[in-house]
Amino acid sequence: MLPDGGADDEERWLAEGIAGVQQNAFYMHRALDSNNLKDALKYSAQMLSELRTSRLSPHKYYDLYMRAFDEMRKLEMFFREETRRGSCSVVDLYELVQHAGNVLPRLYLLCTVGSVYIKSKEAPAKDVLKDLVEMCRGIQHPLRGLFLRSYLSQISRDKLPDIGSEYEGDADSINDAVEFVLQNFIEMNKLWVRMQHQGPVREKEKRGKERNELRDLVGKNLHVLSQIEGVDLDMYKETVLPRILEQVVNCKDELAQFYLMDCIIQVFPDEYHLQTLETLLSAFPQLQPNVDIKTVLSQLMDRLSSYAAASPEVLPEFLQVEAFAKFSNAIGKVIEAQVDMPVVGAVTLYVSLLTFTLRVHPDRLDYVDQVLGACVKKLSGNAKLEDSRATKQIVALLSAPLEKYSNIVTALELSNYPRVMDYLDNSTTKVMALVIIQSIMKNTTCISTSDKIEALFDLIKGLIKDMDGAQDDELDDEDFKEEQNSVARLIHMLHNDDHEEMLKILCTVQKHILQGGPKRLPFTVPSLVFSALKLVRRLQGQDGDVIGEDVPATPKKIFQILHQTIEALSCVPSPELALRLYLQCAEDSKAQITAIHLIIGTLQRMSIFGVENRDTLTHKTTGYSAKLLKKPDQCRAVYACSHLFWTDDQDGIMDGERVLLCLKRALRIANAAQQMANVTRGSSGSVALFIEILNKYLYFFEKGIPEITNTVIQDLIELIRTEKQSENSVADPSTEAFFASTLRYIEFQKQKGGSIGEKYEQIKTT
Amino acid sequence: MVLVLALGDLHVPHRAADLPAKFKSMLVPGKIQHIICTGNLCIKEVHDYLKSLCPDLHITRGEYDEDARYPETKTLTIGQFKLGLCHGHQVVPWGDLDSLAMLQRQLDVDILVTGHTHQFKAYKHEGGVVINPGSATGAYSSITYDVNPSFVLMDIDGLRVVVYVYELIDGEVKVDKIDFKKTATMHA
Repeated sequence: MLPDGGADDEERWLAEGIAGVQQNAFYMHRALDSNNLKDALKYSAQMLSELRTSRLSPHKYYDLYMRAFDEMRKLEMFFREETRRGSCSVVDLYELVQHAGNVLPRLYLLCTVGSVYIKSKEAPAKDVLKDLVEMCRGIQHPLRGLFLRSYLSQISRDKLPDIGSEYEGDADSINDAVEFVLQNFIEMNKLWVRMQHQGPVREKEKRGKERNELRDLVGKNLHVLSQIEGVDLDMYKETVLPRILEQVVNCKDELAQFYLMDCIIQVFPDEYHLQTLETLLSAFPQLQPNVDIKTVLSQLMDRLSSYAAASPEVLPEFLQVEAFAKFSNAIGKVIEAQVDMPVVGAVTLYVSLLTFTLRVHPDRLDYVDQVLGACVKKLSGNAKLEDSRATKQIVALLSAPLEKYSNIVTALELSNYPRVMDYLDNSTTKVMALVIIQSIMKNTTCISTSDKIEALFDLIKGLIKDMDGAQDDELDDEDFKEEQNSVARLIHMLHNDDHEEMLKILCTVQKHILQGGPKRLPFTVPSLVFSALKLVRRLQGQDGDVIGEDVPATPKKIFQILHQTIEALSCVPSPELALRLYLQCAEDSKAQITAIHLIIGTLQRMSIFGVENRDTLTHKTTGYSAKLLKKPDQCRAVYACSHLFWTDDQDGIMDGERVLLCLKRALRIANAAQQMANVTRGSSGSVALFIEILNKYLYFFEKGIPEITNTVIQDLIELIRTEKQSENSVADPSTEAFFASTLRYIEFQKQKGGSIGEKYEQIKTT
Repeated sequence: MVLVLALGDLHVPHRAADLPAKFKSMLVPGKIQHIICTGNLCIKEVHDYLKSLCPDLHITRGEYDEDARYPETKTLTIGQFKLGLCHGHQVVPWGDLDSLAMLQRQLDVDILVTGHTHQFKAYKHEGGVVINPGSATGAYSSITYDVNPSFVLMDIDGLRVVVYVYELIDGEVKVDKIDFKKTATMHA
């Protein structure tokens, strides 16, 4: 090869070449027009001589070749005309062109006449083709040779002695057609591979790139083979595939091996691949160690699984040829042979195999487990994975069965599933655990046995407890919350209608979540508590005869579990929570107010306590209510306490005296609040408290508490009027509206008539 | 015509994993103009979910809500109606109609929506309506046994409101409707 003269020089050389082609083509045309065969041959040979250059890169050479090619079509037409007219026999022509002085133009001309020769049928196509393909050996320069053979392939494509073709010869002619294409392919591949080893070492990479541009010239032959009618499955199996593979393996060239394997998979039909799987797969372990086998193999598995999906009637064939076992075997061998293959490569292969299995044999859970098992085997010996790409592939591997079997319970049966997970780093384990939980939520899968739940907790343990070796990582607070909330939601999906099994489930859940430590318990415990309470309620709903010593699921047992669980929560030092509560208290005592209202509300509904206990509780509650931070809150809590002394149910408590005490106390607090507001000239709002208390008076007035009379109410209405006027600030519209609607209510009740109307008769609203 | 979704007491994740799938498939974005939620969502994920259904979201605070920014009560006007919203644990005795009526007077609203009892209720009362949409997830409650998941859809049109109640009973969604007409003279 000449030294690289740079891009400018190359442009120039190409321009010169094109000029040469055009000039000679011009004279050739003139000769053709005047039917001058001798000149036509002379100028065409000179034109073709331009292709003898060694100075052009493949790309530029192609440009030049195409120009010459177009001209050769015209020459071919001329030859055909010439022989048809009988002015020159094709046999003579075939001899004549061989007088051209240079070998390259001679061979181009020979191929061109050969094409006419075959078409004339004066000799069997197979003989001419055999002659041509042998003669082409005369060019051993890789680039020139490749293009010459490409030319041969091009002009012979429609003239192969294929079955059913007009050039079909005697019985064995299909063999000749195949033999011709195969031989051309083999020679081309040899030339193509040889290119890599020419020229200085430093340009190796550049050559690789240039060769890549030429690959389709070689691959075209395989395409031609796939188009030959006569290549049936038997012929493909017996001749075509073994011969191609032999060449692929023996050329020992990475680029060629990768490209050609891919090409085989692309151009031949899926049905053939399935039936020759063993032969095809046996080539893979023999390829060079750096060939990207995983991409090619994945491609093959993808194709075959799509094939199975598109035509389900071929599924029995998959079973018959044991496609899964063969792939599984081949992958094992490839991994063994390519010692340097990175983990990510191996895992990618397993992902493809798993995808194949899931699509072709969805019922064979054992296959899925086998794939996972093989993956574990490959990973064993490694510590946790650190390669992020490999990790990504593992996640894909583990997610695939979840997507396929929307029911997580199926995945829980895969014994190798958790073993694969063990190789993930802590954060990925969590990601995977979340994927699992999301799958459960999305499909609303109910998991109903305690051993399945045990297996599930093993899979999601990254969320359940601190993992070994995990430094207290700087996990984002929001993320942590989300994780734990999803665990909390998951607990509701663990359910069985059978009480005994449900109790077992609760015990299992409790066992696991109690390992969560102080950070997790506040999130997870409430779900367990409510899940348990639901069971209690179900037990209560049953007939009474289940109570006995040997009945495992009793409310008492469940309350014991609850007691343990809640105790665990209360033991957890939770300074953060305390701080939050503290801050809230300092802010506006909101949490306290909520708490006191919950206490009042609950106590109001409780009828289980004895008189003495109840007295203590109500007394304390009223006491606490009056100690809230702000006056309005005190006032509201205290008037709410009035309901503790008046309940409507059967053996209700009806202590009008103490109801009135509460209301009066509320009034006193409202007064104090009013005075404070006056002093500070602060906002209004205390009048609203009086109106709220008025409404409470009305409530108990209607209940018929003797201590509350219409005079008491009338006084309160007047009081509110006075307070409203004396309030310094402008009247608050919402207070006005509240008062107006209260008065409207009184009128409304009056108009009702009957005993209620009579009761209200005396009260004046204006 | 304006559609208002009223719901509450979801108690996710403490008492329920999620809204029933049947409800989720009914509640699609773009159909509802306002959401009013009585509270106890309890986590941000649920808030975000509701927001995805309709950005005009009004929430009051339940005793289990993490988000302390939700107010105790809220009023809003939709068309001719004034609506009041409150979780209801503050109103003792819980679920007591007369006590709720006092809150209705205090907020001066036509429609009062409260929760807490996990039991669907809708009354016409003193010329207004008092609604409890129940628990949208059918969450456990110490007040109500056998909670069925339920929510309320209000179709407000001029002076008329039709209240549709969706209740999930044994896996089937049952719909009930209550018609209410406001007398124009009700408010000054």
